[in-house]
Order: sequence, then C-alpha cells, then structure tokens
Amino acid sequence: MGLLQPESGLVFWMLLSFAVVFVLVAKYGFPVILRAIDSRKEYIDSSLDAAKKAERKLDGIRAEGEALREAAEARQREILQDAAETRERIVQEAKRKADAEGQRIVAAARQQAVAEREAILQDARQQVALLAVAISEKLLREKLADETSQTQLAERLFDEFEQHQNTERS
Amino acid sequence: MSRFNHNTTVLALLCAFFFLLPLPLRAQSESEEINTKQIVLGHIGDAYEWHMGTFGGWECTIPLPIIVHSPTSGWHCFSSARLHDEGAEFEGLRIAEEGPYEGKIVERQADGSDLRPLDLSMTKTAAGLLINSLLIIVLILGCARWYRRRRPDSPAPRGFVGMIEALVSTLVEDLIKPCVGPSYRRFAPYLLTVFCFILINNLMGLIPIFPGGANVTGNIAVAFILALATFLAVNLFGRRTYWKEIFWPDVPTWLKIPIPIIPLIEFVGIFTKPFALMIRLFANIMAGHAVILSLTCVVFVTAKMGTLINGSMTVVSVFFSIFMNCLELLVAFLQAYVFTLLSAVFIGLAQEEGHTETEIKPSNHLKS
Repeated sequence: MGLLQPESGLVFWMLLSFAVVFVLVAKYGFPVILRAIDSRKEYIDSSLDAAKKAERKLDGIRAEGEALREAAEARQREILQDAAETRERIVQEAKRKADAEGQRIVAAARQQAVAEREAILQDARQQVALLAVAISEKLLREKLADETSQTQLAERLFDEFEQHQNTERS
Repeated sequence: MSRFNHNTTVLALLCAFFFLLPLPLRAQSESEEINTKQIVLGHIGDAYEWHMGTFGGWECTIPLPIIVHSPTSGWHCFSSARLHDEGAEFEGLRIAEEGPYEGKIVERQADGSDLRPLDLSMTKTAAGLLINSLLIIVLILGCARWYRRRRPDSPAPRGFVGMIEALVSTLVEDLIKPCVGPSYRRFAPYLLTVFCFILINNLMGLIPIFPGGANVTGNIAVAFILALATFLAVNLFGRRTYWKEIFWPDVPTWLKIPIPIIPLIEFVGIFTKPFALMIRLFANIMAGHAVILSLTCVVFVTAKMGTLINGSMTVVSVFFSIFMNCLELLVAFLQAYVFTLLSAVFIGLAQEEGHTETEIKPSNHLKS
C-alpha cells in the first residue's frame, strides 16, 4: 500500500523542516514566551504582595490618624473644660473682688460719713456750748446784778459740785 | 415575521444556487467517467506538481522542483512542468504509469528495466510542509519578538499574541506540567513545538486553496518523523528507573528468568507507543481528508442521475461537507492535543524517579 510507505524524499524534507522549526522555535520562540509569562506572573504576584502591604500600612496609618484625632478631640474637650472653669473662676474672682471693693468703698464711705457726722456734731456741740455760755453770761449778767444772787449762785454751784463728787465716788 | 421572510429568502437562494451549480459541470462529466477513488487517493497521496484545478480546459498547476539522484547518471534538478504531459520524458526520467513505482519518477536503465532513483523532489506535500513550517516560525518568533520588546510590567498582550499566550499557558499548565512532572521546563519547548507543528499543518490542510490543502500530517512520512522525535525525546532522556522498569521490572522472578517475558513485552512497548502515535495522527487526518473529498465527489458522481437526484444530493453533499469541515477543525485541534498529551505522558513516565508515583500521575491526569 503506497500510503503506508514513507517516501524517502518526504522523510528528508520533513526531517529538515522539523529540525529547523524545532531549533528556531524551541530555542528562540517558546522559551522567550514562557519566560515572559513567568516574569509577568512574578510581577503580578509581587504587585499583589506590595498592594497588600500598602493596604496594611494604610490601615495602620488610618488607625494612627484615628487615634491622633481622638486624642486631639479629648485634648480639645479638656482645654474647653479648662477654659470654662478658668472663665468661671475669673468671673467669680472678679465678682468677689468687686463685692469686696464695693463693701470696702461702702464701709469707707460709711466711716467717713460717721466721722463727718461726728465732726459736725462736735462742731454743733461747740457752737451750742458757746451759745449756751454766751446766753448764760447774758442771763447771769442780768441775774447777778446784785450781791445776793451772786452768793446764792455760788452756794448752789458748790452744792451741786459736792453732790456730783458724791455720786461719782459711790 | 420579517425574520421568517428573511430566512426563507436565504433558503430559496441557497437552493437555487445548489441546483444551478451542477449545470456547467454536466457537459464535462458526461464526456468522461468520474473516478472518485483516483481523485481521493490523488489528493491524499503525493504529487510532483501542485494541481489547483481545471477551469474550462485550463489547468491551474504550480510546478515544483524535482530533485533526484540516480546511481548511473548522477544528480538531476528541474521543474516538474517538464514532466507535466503524460508520458513526457526528461533527461531519461519519467513518471511511471504502472508497475510497482506507479506515479513515481523512474529512470529507464540500459537493460530496459525501471530503476527508482533517490528521490528528494519537493513534492506537493513537501512544499506544503515548507510553507507551513515557515508560517510556524514566523508566527511563533513574531510572538517572541513581541515579548522581547516588552517588560514584565507592560500590559498583557491582546489579539493574536494574546491567543498564543493563552494557548501556550493552557498547554503548559494543564498538560505539560502534570504529565511530565518536575522536569517539565526542559521538555515544554519540544512539546509546544510539536503541538504547533501538528495544529498548523492540520489547519492548513483544511484550507482548500493554494497555500493550504496539502495533506501534510495525513502523510505517513510526516507522522513517522514526529513519532520518531517523541521516541528520541523519551528514550534519550529516560532516567535509570525507566530502563530498570523495562529490563528488570517489579514482577515475580519467573517472569524474567529464564525467559524474559515481561522485559520483552516492555521492550516492544518502547516501539509500539510511538508507532501508535504515528498511526493515530496519520489515519485521523488522512481519513478526514478522504471523507471530505468523497462527500464533495458525491456532487459529480450523481451528475448523471438526473437533475432532481443530482440537485438534492448536491444539497446533502454541501451540508455534509460543511459538517465534516467543522468536525475536522475539531479533529485538527484534538489530534495535535492528543499527540502532545501522549508524548508528554511518555516523557513523564521516562522521567519518573521513584516507582511509587509511576502509575499515579499520568492516570490521574487522564481521568481528569
């Protein structure tokens, strides 16, 4: 059967072309493609790894940021509270000081008023005394125009003096 | 509704086409008998020239170089156009019309007998083989060039290079790696080359016009060399365990001594495996070509049986040809795949280190 008999010429051509194809393609073709596929695979793997790492890092940074924010918020709250307290205290202090000052002023004014009143009274008393002396002088001058009435008065004054002495002693 | 109208129009046109098609051929077919066997065998066999068709008496033929070496007259190299006419003779050489060398170039000797010289002519199959080999080299080296110009972080290829990459990585990951085992990197280029070689040759064989159409992988010489390559790859790189398995297998001693039954069977197995590869590829592709050609010939064979039968048989023939061509596309891929798979399994068996894994790995893969 001719079909089942390999032709020598065709065997030769097949050997030649297959050898050439094999040498060229198996040396310069497929190894390059396989290497390229492998290196791309490696690149993808490393990229995935890097992405995972970056994600983890980002998570860390986010957590850190969150912590930082919370701390800042806490600090803010603290500061605000502090400020409120300080304000309260200052206001209280001011109020207290103002009260004290007011009291002091009122007291001083009162004291001054008392002193003034005292002085006025003193003055008035003096005036009254002077007036009384003057009036008494005039009265005495009229009444003590004679001798008797002068003696009488001296006696009476003496008595009164004595009496006064006695009461003081007792 | 419009879709239905559209379909019926197409169908009517197709029918008209099929019924009109045989008409010009009838005149010719009446004058001479159609020899289907000759047509089919002429195609799946080999020829010294590339005949593409006869159009109204004008034969469209590509002449191919004839290279022969005769022990008496030395080298001859000339165009096959010189032997185109029947009975033509050039430099004492002619194409034998009968006898044991029918259809081959012979040289008339002094004593009147025919001698077949060493025939290295670039026949139709050889020319097709060279064209397809060139195509493979261009395609694969083109792809490799694409990769050479890029870095690992360039985007993945698209289009043709992407297709080749998908094919290559599928073959390597799903076929070569599980079948060959740890040393798969060493054999991957060979197996991929074999796959591409068979696939391209199969596919080109299915194209009916010039650059394709040669029955390359359906030729026993081509299949023989491919099987020989696998034979060499298996046996030249076989490890110690592989040879021990053949000459001193793990069987009861009385099977090895005094009559080495099992070693003998194993030894014959070395040759039957690639032989089966060869026959499988050759028979599948040849049969596919034969079936498609026979179906096409139905049109011309029935030309004498009247318009009705011829017309209806033409429709049947065309539909079956389309079906067979689709099937052959599948077979073209499948045979390349099977050849590569079995080569990988045989190489893998010869690469095994230990005995325990020998049966597990290939059978596992074949099941899945």
